[in-house]
Amino acid sequence: MGKNLVGNHIRRLRFNQNEMTQQQLADKAGVTRQTIVSLEKGNYSPSLELAFRIARAFGLPLEEVFYYEDNEGGNAP
Amino acid sequence: MTYQEKKSILNLISAILIFTVYCLYRYPQHPEGGLESADTFRYWGSFVLVLTAVTLVAHILISIVFNIVFRMTTGEKEPTFEDELDKLIRLKSIRNSFAVFVLGFLLAMASLVASEPSPLMFMILVASGFLSDVTGSLSRLYHYRRGV
Repeated sequence: MGKNLVGNHIRRLRFNQNEMTQQQLADKAGVTRQTIVSLEKGNYSPSLELAFRIARAFGLPLEEVFYYEDNEGGNAP
Repeated sequence: MTYQEKKSILNLISAILIFTVYCLYRYPQHPEGGLESADTFRYWGSFVLVLTAVTLVAHILISIVFNIVFRMTTGEKEPTFEDELDKLIRLKSIRNSFAVFVLGFLLAMASLVASEPSPLMFMILVASGFLSDVTGSLSRLYHYRRGV
């Protein structure tokens, strides 16, 4: 697998949101728990639509949930 | 381990078990006599048809039992829909599975060109069907665990 350049803060955000479970987030975003697991592990870059749905589940703008990291420095935290 | 990962492992094990048990059961029934006799063709025809039916029924039964056990042991319900990751992984596993079967099919045709006995062609076809099934399950497991 190639390196996944789209990172996310899903794990931290779940923790901050009253320790939301992966299943609860999956239900809110309309995906399976497997997809949340893969996203948290950094094994999967979501579609734009799913990224928006996850951001909406947290009530945050997209860029506060996901970030893009490239070889030129990127904007990872 | 998630439902999808467990299901992939189960599919892999059940595919191997079903095929092995079925072959052990049917192999002694191979007709005696000439390799090109009508009985041989009838045997291989029924071998493939019955294997397909047995595999289908066994997979459905195993899947039902697995879902019941999964609910009882984890208290979770199995996902009732496929999301974008599931679809992507399914497509990749079907692609790999198809590639293996096509390779086996070409090998089977090559055996005919090389004037090998026709039962060998059937054996290669059946084996490639089995291997393509295993490849599909392995691909699914790999992508669920390592990503896409």
